[in-house]
Amino acid sequence: MDPKQPTPDNSPVLEIRGMTQRFGGLKAVSGFNVSLMPNQLTGLIGPNGAGKTTVFNLSSGFYQPTEGAIFVNGQPTAGLKPHKVTSMGIARTFQNIRLWNDMTVLDNIRVAQHYWLKYGFFSSVFRTRSYKEREAQITKEAEELLDVFDLRQFADETPKNLPYGTQRKLEIARALSTHPKLLMLDEPAAGLNSADVLELIRLIRWIHDNFDVSIWMIEHHMDVVMELCSQIKVIDFGETIAEGTPDEVRTHPAVITAYLGDDTI
Amino acid sequence: MKQYSLNIGMVLSAILVLTAAHLGWIDNYIQIVLMAVGINIIMAASLNLINGNMGEFTCGHAGFMCVGAYVSSLISVYLFGSKFGDPQLPIGAVFIAFPIILLIGGAVAAVSSLLVSVPSFKTRDDYLAIISLAVNYMIISLLENMDTIITFIASKYAKLFNLPDPGNIEIIGGSRGFQGMKDTVWAMIDVFDGPWMLFWVILVAGFTVWIIRRFIGSTYGKGVNAICQDEVAAEIMSVNTNKVKIINFMVAAGLAGCAGGLYAHVYGYVNPQSFGILKSTEAMVMVYLGGMGSLSGAVISAILFTALLEILRSQAIIDFLLSPATFLFPDWEPSAGVVKWVVIPLMLVIVMQFRPEGIMGNRELSDVFPKLKKFYRFK
Repeated sequence: MDPKQPTPDNSPVLEIRGMTQRFGGLKAVSGFNVSLMPNQLTGLIGPNGAGKTTVFNLSSGFYQPTEGAIFVNGQPTAGLKPHKVTSMGIARTFQNIRLWNDMTVLDNIRVAQHYWLKYGFFSSVFRTRSYKEREAQITKEAEELLDVFDLRQFADETPKNLPYGTQRKLEIARALSTHPKLLMLDEPAAGLNSADVLELIRLIRWIHDNFDVSIWMIEHHMDVVMELCSQIKVIDFGETIAEGTPDEVRTHPAVITAYLGDDTI
Repeated sequence: MKQYSLNIGMVLSAILVLTAAHLGWIDNYIQIVLMAVGINIIMAASLNLINGNMGEFTCGHAGFMCVGAYVSSLISVYLFGSKFGDPQLPIGAVFIAFPIILLIGGAVAAVSSLLVSVPSFKTRDDYLAIISLAVNYMIISLLENMDTIITFIASKYAKLFNLPDPGNIEIIGGSRGFQGMKDTVWAMIDVFDGPWMLFWVILVAGFTVWIIRRFIGSTYGKGVNAICQDEVAAEIMSVNTNKVKIINFMVAAGLAGCAGGLYAHVYGYVNPQSFGILKSTEAMVMVYLGGMGSLSGAVISAILFTALLEILRSQAIIDFLLSPATFLFPDWEPSAGVVKWVVIPLMLVIVMQFRPEGIMGNRELSDVFPKLKKFYRFK
């Protein structure tokens, strides 16, 4: 099989083949393969420094892989800027929340719709019909999204004044506003208390049921991953060490070694 | 109706000022100050787009003003002046030609902004400040040596085709400056005797505020704010950051170029040195004084700052303010030109120390006085 070509039936939303990333002499990710189908909930776990976030950065186009190929909906993303990759149907959140803190919540959602703004500078100055139509559409979509996420009452607040859990929720809503086929969540439960974590599990399951989106998540809370994901991939030092269902991964010797250490001294 | 009352009020006051100037109720000095206020409003508001809204740090804004000033001056002298031979257009065409001349100056300045916006893809903060400063100096020294460059190319060209040597070509006059733009203003006055430059300055300043407010208010323009607050998130959330940066720099530099064209026609004389680092600093002081990212702050501080500059120009006021110092040091004779450059940096230091967010912060007038929202939507 030619590694430069996507699989012919092009069903996976994201397909990564033989992806390797080197930072100088460090091999952060090596020979990474994944194929994510629509409407799947997949987990990516591994000890600290295993290269999980690097995989996400590579998938979202933030880095270009040293070797290997990435396909989004069957299209190669090599050489594309992140905003292009996002408009192809990938959205992500960040480990540390990266909202635009001085913009209102509504504007946070609206600005994330840049990928289908069809007007330019002159339309925005002269308020042409295409501008008005598109702005109305964007505002309507943003308000609907805030409604379904139960954030409407915060629409005119700035995110920095919201509680941490709500900020997480808003970041996920912002990512969904780009109409992704794949939503990548980078440690969505980081910094949440146990009540918030339960709510997050409910939220992710609800998103999975109600939006036509495949979810790929990095998470350190094993209960979240084991509860939600149907497939889990474990990496350590950039290498894939195990993959399978939660039960297979839980009992896999390599995973136990990676997390708990070897019994040889 | 009520929400347009501020617009109507501004139009009415502009008409009032123009009528007063036309009837001679306000003298030429006040008119010049008003024009300086207008030009500074354009400079502050356009620099605010880069330094305030986009959060980049550039300090070579006067370079773009310089490009606009020279380009529009050259075209204007070619079309209506007698410096390069007979005027090319009848004087009646001046009212159509002049705005086009200003726009061409702005357009060339906008293109020259690529010198800063392309490096801004990779650099930020101090490094971009150094690049913008370098661009400012490059533009000045290019204009100072332009005649030599043209002479050199022309003589090479002549030699290549065995033409007689053209000798020293003098078009823009290097560091001695360039003049003759007053011919265009005289052409306007010949058609109808009125305060024409004041009219153009008010028009372009209003136009500037209008453009910027609409650009920044759109979802497209809010991408600029997104870049300021988190560039990585902006890029990941589908904002084409490079394109937005180029557009934003182009708008800001283009408006500064229009300000330069107005400046050249108001004073009738331009000199590369007058668009140096001091001019850039003035624009920066206005932005930081007014508050980063606040359009009404930029306008307010441009008015206050220009008024302050004019006050400090008066030797009588300087002597009065510094009378305690001159009493103690009788040998010292403070001159207005020197004191100005003590007061302006000092003001910047004081503002940064006690109110680092500027007069308005990043709020608009309507945020400070919510009742104004009834009359006008500032955002």
